[in-house]
Amino acid sequence: MYRYDQFDATFVRERTAQFKGQVARRLAGELTEEEFRPLRLKNGLYLQLHAYMLRVAIPYGELSSKQMRKLAFIARRYDKGYGHFTTRQNIQYNWPRLDDVPAILEHLAEVEMHAIQTSGNCIRNVTSDHFAGVAADEIEDPRVWAEVIRQWSTLHPEFSYLPRKFKIAIIAADKDRAAMRTHDIGLKIVRNAKGELGFAFYTGGGQGRTPIIGPLVKSFVAAEDLLSYLDATLRVYNMHGRRDNIYKARIKILVQALGAEEFGRQVEEEWLRIKDSVLKLPAEEVARIRQYFAPPALEKLPARNEGFEAKKAADPDFARWVQANTDDHKVDGYRIVTISLKPVGGAPGDASADQMDLLADLADAYSLGQIRVTHRQNLVLPYVRQQDLFDLWAKLGSAKLAEANVELVTDIIACPGLDYCNLANARSIPVAQRISRRFSDPKRLAEIGELRLNISGCINACGHHHVGHIGILGVDKKGEEFYQVTLGGSSAEDISLGKILGPAFSLDQITDAIETVVDTYLDLREGPQERFIDTYRRLGIEPFKEKVYDSLKERRSAAE
Amino acid sequence: MTVLRNGVPQPNEWVRVADDAPLPETDKVIVSLERWQAERVNLRQRNAAIGVALKSEQSPLLIQDDLDRLSLVALEFPKFTDGRAFSHARVLRDRLGFTGEIRGFGQVLRDQYLFMLRCGFDTVEPAAGKRVEGYAEALKEFSVFYQPTNDDRATALQLRHRKEAVAA
Repeated sequence: MYRYDQFDATFVRERTAQFKGQVARRLAGELTEEEFRPLRLKNGLYLQLHAYMLRVAIPYGELSSKQMRKLAFIARRYDKGYGHFTTRQNIQYNWPRLDDVPAILEHLAEVEMHAIQTSGNCIRNVTSDHFAGVAADEIEDPRVWAEVIRQWSTLHPEFSYLPRKFKIAIIAADKDRAAMRTHDIGLKIVRNAKGELGFAFYTGGGQGRTPIIGPLVKSFVAAEDLLSYLDATLRVYNMHGRRDNIYKARIKILVQALGAEEFGRQVEEEWLRIKDSVLKLPAEEVARIRQYFAPPALEKLPARNEGFEAKKAADPDFARWVQANTDDHKVDGYRIVTISLKPVGGAPGDASADQMDLLADLADAYSLGQIRVTHRQNLVLPYVRQQDLFDLWAKLGSAKLAEANVELVTDIIACPGLDYCNLANARSIPVAQRISRRFSDPKRLAEIGELRLNISGCINACGHHHVGHIGILGVDKKGEEFYQVTLGGSSAEDISLGKILGPAFSLDQITDAIETVVDTYLDLREGPQERFIDTYRRLGIEPFKEKVYDSLKERRSAAE
Repeated sequence: MTVLRNGVPQPNEWVRVADDAPLPETDKVIVSLERWQAERVNLRQRNAAIGVALKSEQSPLLIQDDLDRLSLVALEFPKFTDGRAFSHARVLRDRLGFTGEIRGFGQVLRDQYLFMLRCGFDTVEPAAGKRVEGYAEALKEFSVFYQPTNDDRATALQLRHRKEAVAA
């Protein structure tokens, strides 16, 4: 993984000192709260319902075991003993005190971490494929380019006061594991006819109250032009994005208003002026960064390990976990392990300090000390030998980390909701907990198969409800929490936006409604190979709608 | 009114003239874009130095044909969170080749000062009541820069590879 050199280390120390000064000026009354707010947000510090929340950056989701131990230490010493991994591959702490924040940042800087640009109207922490570097289907390691973008976007002098936040994601495979087209800029690494590496720019995607699938604005930008094309895109946005209405300020609104073609023309015009400037990316810098991501020297192993196969055959629980939570690796004899942070009845994405410490130890023992955070709020150990899987699984089980539900209906994305967030209309976590309890039978889970369920506590869509196969949106109806259901969304390469099923459900009805949707799918599917989303696409929303509202009526009359 | 140059407060040599006020004969004056456009022919012939103030929604492209005559362009920050002027300064310097003074005025904070200088601003005129202290310190907060702009600060990338060249 990337390691700081003297420049990166000095920079983070300077930023930490700057923020410490800003906090001191606020406490001394030199900055008003109105002035301090954008400054603290640019350093990941929110004021929530009950306390400050600090969001710590995990660039493109990559963590070392040493960094994970530091995150555990912070959770224990400055928070209530846990942290929450987010859909942007970051971690947030829900209970820090303002006057502790400078000290927390100093601890983070010791392990090359910070909270820079995890919030605010600036270019946010760049995200990527959590299987980068180990996925068999990638044409390039996207982390190299994510790191190039991290540096370019960090305290950008021109683009630190944008109309609104700006999120960039980058992938390098046809399979989209990073919800690339739901970002302000989604980048896909491609090769042109000559075999040269470049980037397809999908600009103006986003979720929130106006979900838009990012349109292809330019199909090939050569590698050396990456930064000039990014600069040109951001300049057009910074000058012309709306600033009169916060809800219309994202780049997606500008792209929609101009049309993708006209937007692309304006960017092109700007880009042609600057493409041969100081922004041209030197090959030696890319080579320098690439060294950090060189494939590690791995033991040569047979593709099939008999001991591992025997364990799977003997233990159906283990076999189910292997099936759901591990993926094929680039290298023979290894598997990629996803550790679910969605235990039955738990808060999605939360991990305790003890779990973090254990995960750091397991990463050291089994995965070259490397950990990844996924945008679905799980963790990944990218380098596990097949022969170690059984021991790893047993140790994970002892810490309630062996839930075999990755990409299954209880692998729920959920925002913090009204339990923490002052924007929320409704709670998300209790809904996730109820659903995960309802579907807790492992055999039933496995039978249902791939099904992504996403929950947002308000229209801002932090829980990705528009792009869940099943989406749940919390709304407020005269002071009561209600939940609207959408079906048919996807954030993967088959991206689509969900359609509203019908009238919203109360907290007491929502779990039954979801169960009816799932049972209807099981009745209608052409076989276990047909995923929920495929059945929905074949039949449309009607059969689901009919069943759900009929059964709601039946339950009502039974109750009367 | 105080102006900051190189972090140091200095007296303001420029006079901002309201649209309906007469222009003083010999002072350096700043007029609005509207006045400049309305009285362009006369103003171009004026002997003393003249500058134009642009609001944040007014693009510098609107005065691109007059930059030869202008000694100063002032870019407004109506709120410190409105960052359009950063791009406008870069357009003035990099695209339009303006070599006169670029001034930021309005709701600015010292926390933006280094960004402003990197984008091509020379001077800052904070709105009345805004603090003018701390700008010199703000200049020293960072020694490492990632983005190449057209100022003379070396970026981390340049320093890295310069170092390698020396080592080789």
